[in-house]
Amino acid sequence: MSLMISSPHTHSGKSVQTTMLLVMLALAPATSFGLYLFGWPAINLFLATLLGCLLFEAISLKIMGKPVGKYLSDGSAILTGWLLAMSLPPSAPWWIGVLGAFLAIVIGKQVFGGIGQNLFNPAMVARVALLISFPLEMTTWAHPAPLFTDGAPDFMQGLQITFGGWVPDGYSGATTLGHIRTETGQGHLLSSLTDLASGSNMAMGWVGGSMGETSALLLLGGGLFLLWKRIISWHIPASLIGTLLLLATIMHTVNPEKFPGADVHLLAGATLLGAFFIATDLVTSPVSPTGQLLFGAGCGLLVYVIRTWAGYPEGMAFAVLLMNALTPLIDHYLRPRIYGRDRKGEPLNYVSTGGKS
Amino acid sequence: MGYLTTHKITKLFRIRGGVHPDDCKTLSASQPIEDLPMPDLLHIPLQQHIGAAAKPAVKRGDHVLKGQLLANSQGMISAPVHAPTSGRIVGVGHYPAHHASGLSVHTITLQPDGKDEWIELDPVADPFALEPAEIAARVAAAGIVGMGGATFPSAVKLNLRNRYALHTLVINGAECEPYLTCDDRLMREEADGVIDGVRIMAYALGVENIAIGIENNKPEAQAAMREAAKDFPNIQVIGLPMRYPMGSEKHLVQTLTGLETPARGLTADIGIVVHNPATALAVHDALREGKPLVSRVVTVSGGAISQPRNLRVPLGTKVQTLIDHCGGFNSEPARLISGGPMMGNVLPDTRVPTVKGGNGILALTAKEVSENQESPCIRCASCVQACPCGLLPLEMAANARAGNLDAVTKLGLMDCIACGSCSYVCPSHIPLVQYFNYAKGELASRQRAKHKQDETKRLIEHRNARMEAQARAKKEAMERRKREAAAKKAKAAAAKQAEEASA
Repeated sequence: MSLMISSPHTHSGKSVQTTMLLVMLALAPATSFGLYLFGWPAINLFLATLLGCLLFEAISLKIMGKPVGKYLSDGSAILTGWLLAMSLPPSAPWWIGVLGAFLAIVIGKQVFGGIGQNLFNPAMVARVALLISFPLEMTTWAHPAPLFTDGAPDFMQGLQITFGGWVPDGYSGATTLGHIRTETGQGHLLSSLTDLASGSNMAMGWVGGSMGETSALLLLGGGLFLLWKRIISWHIPASLIGTLLLLATIMHTVNPEKFPGADVHLLAGATLLGAFFIATDLVTSPVSPTGQLLFGAGCGLLVYVIRTWAGYPEGMAFAVLLMNALTPLIDHYLRPRIYGRDRKGEPLNYVSTGGKS
Repeated sequence: MGYLTTHKITKLFRIRGGVHPDDCKTLSASQPIEDLPMPDLLHIPLQQHIGAAAKPAVKRGDHVLKGQLLANSQGMISAPVHAPTSGRIVGVGHYPAHHASGLSVHTITLQPDGKDEWIELDPVADPFALEPAEIAARVAAAGIVGMGGATFPSAVKLNLRNRYALHTLVINGAECEPYLTCDDRLMREEADGVIDGVRIMAYALGVENIAIGIENNKPEAQAAMREAAKDFPNIQVIGLPMRYPMGSEKHLVQTLTGLETPARGLTADIGIVVHNPATALAVHDALREGKPLVSRVVTVSGGAISQPRNLRVPLGTKVQTLIDHCGGFNSEPARLISGGPMMGNVLPDTRVPTVKGGNGILALTAKEVSENQESPCIRCASCVQACPCGLLPLEMAANARAGNLDAVTKLGLMDCIACGSCSYVCPSHIPLVQYFNYAKGELASRQRAKHKQDETKRLIEHRNARMEAQARAKKEAMERRKREAAAKKAKAAAAKQAEEASA
């Protein structure tokens, strides 16, 4: 019974481990759907990425002389790997996953000092580095081919795709955002695109795309679960989605033939995955509610700008990384107001202001 | 000062942050207050309050009656100590304190004679006929201090009318700390006495409005207080939402009025004084019956206590006696706490005496304490959300750990009320409050050192100036003497010359 112990003498029971587990639980439905939708290649890549993350985390901890078991069991490395896998094209070869794991864990996290110290979202560091270095592998999008259906790769074919570099004919196509980008870039009108995925298909997730980003509804459900469990607060998702949809609506109203509407921006691409799971990464997002609102709005703005005018059809990863870089600045300037003080930090003075009640 | 003159509180205001710990009050809430049998020996510390320790007025071997003055208060902020029962003084010396340090403090040891014989009392038939200052004087003489745990001498707060424009007395019946039920039971069982004491205090403060705030997990206490207050339209009993730290007086006042107490200020700055219901009852006893504060109600609870209870305990009773009366431990407690689990202190052992501010003795099991190894901060901002003061606990702790005291101070260290909400929610089990206590301690010792340094510097400068002045005076005196001598010499020479000339 040490006497140096300060109050409180009780605890909510929250832990880093349960926090990470709850995030994984929230991701589970969308992930299961993604793995089912894209079949064996996706399952192989998912496992390769997760194992890679665990391996690199263990090696890093060992080198730094930290207790490997304690830190490995906090679940952060698995979650990083999980999020990275969710953002990869399901048919990508195994080494994309393992290299991504290295980039995320070693370059994105451990060189900064390990858990809690990294400036950038590790999964997005890896994704962006892979996208820039291996544009072909990172933009080959498999058509949905659910497990055990006709035309879906069987187990052996899955191994060949992931580990053998085999790409079946007619196996891949463009994502919704990519398709729109290509066509509008060539001056085609949006109304002439008859082969766009329907809104309900995008909501359900019966479209091509990254492994875990396709099912808007399941991601939304997972996000709401995290809000309910108070793992994340509403500020970042709300301001991110709100800003994105606002811009989409304005631009769509200005020119409906060139700029897709709010529905497409909400349901396609990584909007919901990013808003609820990526931008809300605890370590790399601001801590104050106002800071989080600004951060989310910044992400939403950048996503729209990149999707619409920059060189990539999807911009969530870039947007989040850019805003990550601003997080220390946001945290410095946007602090909560201290009780009994005004915004400048001076004690409240009711007499001089004439009172406010 | 035209703000807040409304008399009725019609809506409650939301406070920032806070947490919802399991209140664990069912362990003892249904147990009526029970008088603890008089123990064999009482150890009455002379410092049971904030301020200067009391000075002994008795010596070894004296026989004292219950309520007799044992030690006089010293200075403006202090409180006297009285005999909890009749008996013989067997020692005026040192005994371990009711404090985490367990340091020995000045203590009077009293051996009860079993008669429990009161000294002649001086009750007041109508306190409302007295001068307000006289009420404060009697409260001071009765040794009454804030019984919610703060132990600030109550009379000093009753005299605030001299310096502030007061309009409302708030009674803090929130009892937001988990486990504690002593105020709950007191408000249920002694509602009339509490209300009477509250009215006397309001009269002494010169305020009309009285608001009694009680958290909604105590419906029986709310009903009892409403019943007791029904003839007094100026008293409002208000149900408070259950949220820790509702009982922080600044946050309670904000909940009731929407006004924040200015930083570094008192609630009196916005016209409000806050007292605890147990303090109100002590005021009632002191005025109506002339009895000084010699006992208090203590909740003995926690998972490791066999039969959790609410006991009325003579001050100076060893904590062990309370625990024995509650059937002892049913398992080895992981922590023994004085006060509540959120802000209480660890007790070094069970020999320490019960004191005026000791509202709870908790023996918590390892499961209740839920201790865990500290791991790195993941910046989840749970602490930022939980902080009722709008601070950034994670940044303060990081700076405190780095020894960067100036940065911690700038981040609002002195605005921290040490409520523990941040540590309670931290998933990394970072002992944030411990870092803040450390920083506060460092800051205080730095200020002491600076004060000492300044004082030394001042003394040295003083001495130098004095020495210089002395040297100057000496020099001047010497020169003066020299001049005088020269003048004398010249005069003598002139006289001689004149003499010679005349000769």
